[in-house]
Amino acid sequence: MREMIKLFLVIVVFSALSGGVLAAIQNATQEKIEYQQLKFVKGPVINKILDGSTNNPITDRFKVMDDGEEVTVFVGMFDGDPNVVAFESFGKGYGGEIGTIVAANLNTDKIVGVGVTTHSETPGVGSRAKTDPSFTQQFEGIPIQDPVKVKADGGEIDAVSGATISSRGVCGAVVQWGEQYERIKDHIQDKLKAFKK
Amino acid sequence: MAKTAVQEFTKGLWAEIPPFRLVLGLCPVLAVTKSVENGIGMGIATTFVLVCSNILISMLRNIIPKRVRIACYIVVIATFVTVVELVMQAYAYPLFLKLGIFIPLIVVNCIVLGRAEAFAAKNSVLPAFADGLGIGVGFTLSLTALSIVREVLGNGTFYEIPVFGPSFEPFSFMVQAPGAFVCLGLMLCVMNILGKK
Repeated sequence: MREMIKLFLVIVVFSALSGGVLAAIQNATQEKIEYQQLKFVKGPVINKILDGSTNNPITDRFKVMDDGEEVTVFVGMFDGDPNVVAFESFGKGYGGEIGTIVAANLNTDKIVGVGVTTHSETPGVGSRAKTDPSFTQQFEGIPIQDPVKVKADGGEIDAVSGATISSRGVCGAVVQWGEQYERIKDHIQDKLKAFKK
Repeated sequence: MAKTAVQEFTKGLWAEIPPFRLVLGLCPVLAVTKSVENGIGMGIATTFVLVCSNILISMLRNIIPKRVRIACYIVVIATFVTVVELVMQAYAYPLFLKLGIFIPLIVVNCIVLGRAEAFAAKNSVLPAFADGLGIGVGFTLSLTALSIVREVLGNGTFYEIPVFGPSFEPFSFMVQAPGAFVCLGLMLCVMNILGKK
């Protein structure tokens, strides 16, 4: 019995020490990690699809609640008006979830740009959904309510050759994005009033 | 006669080099050696965990009760792995994105637990440190060698720099899973021939 207690205590002490150390490190690195995520994952994609905006969309961002989930919305100013918003959505690809940022014009409800952030698709095959601009450019100008599909599913989008599943994943993310956009559009417009001067 | 620390270090570089002599930890070896950058990054991360866990386990070897030693080792190893994960996210985010799930999986890498159980638990701190460093550096070298072969043949690049002319058609089989098995098998075979006396 005494030995049992001793074993128990050793494990408890070990785990507690470990937890303490990790909490400290987590605290110390948290801000840096958030910054890195914006810089490396979303930053380049947002800058690309909101190219030509007069503000910095990375700093002009806010959070909106959707079904208890926080969505970070990035704002692009065009012609002196904050009329383009972008946020991330996910679709199911070949190797896991494909993170996709979609930007849309609030006035016309049309897609301005699409870009893939995180994915685990096959390098050189599915990964071209991220790197090949001729694939993502096809989404530009499509109305948000349109059910975008790849040609194999009877839609309009030319899939990346050899990577129909990855392309389908991106389309799925765009469709889901559109649904979420409809849900949170009013919130977004409320928040955007702060940007209008 | 106890071996010197230098001998403990050098044995990890040839006589017991993982995963060729010490055929352990094959899962990350196969999965991350798609590119040289990933291979080296994974090697360094594993080396850090190996060295730290070997030192700490060797220091605590008289405190840890035998019956719960594996649980204690795992707590120690998991702590260091989480440290690596957080630090990598904060300072080398692009690398973290590529290695992804394989960083947390270092916890269950047999090499780390194997060295803790087979070496650190029975030796004092200095040899345990040398052993961890030697095995870690050996593991890094193996991963680098394997990833050089795979990246150069499979993608036509070395550390993201193209090595062949634009007319080179990448042998993309090599960067996919079967290529990993074939390549590792051939290298194991070469190592066995070289090691034959």
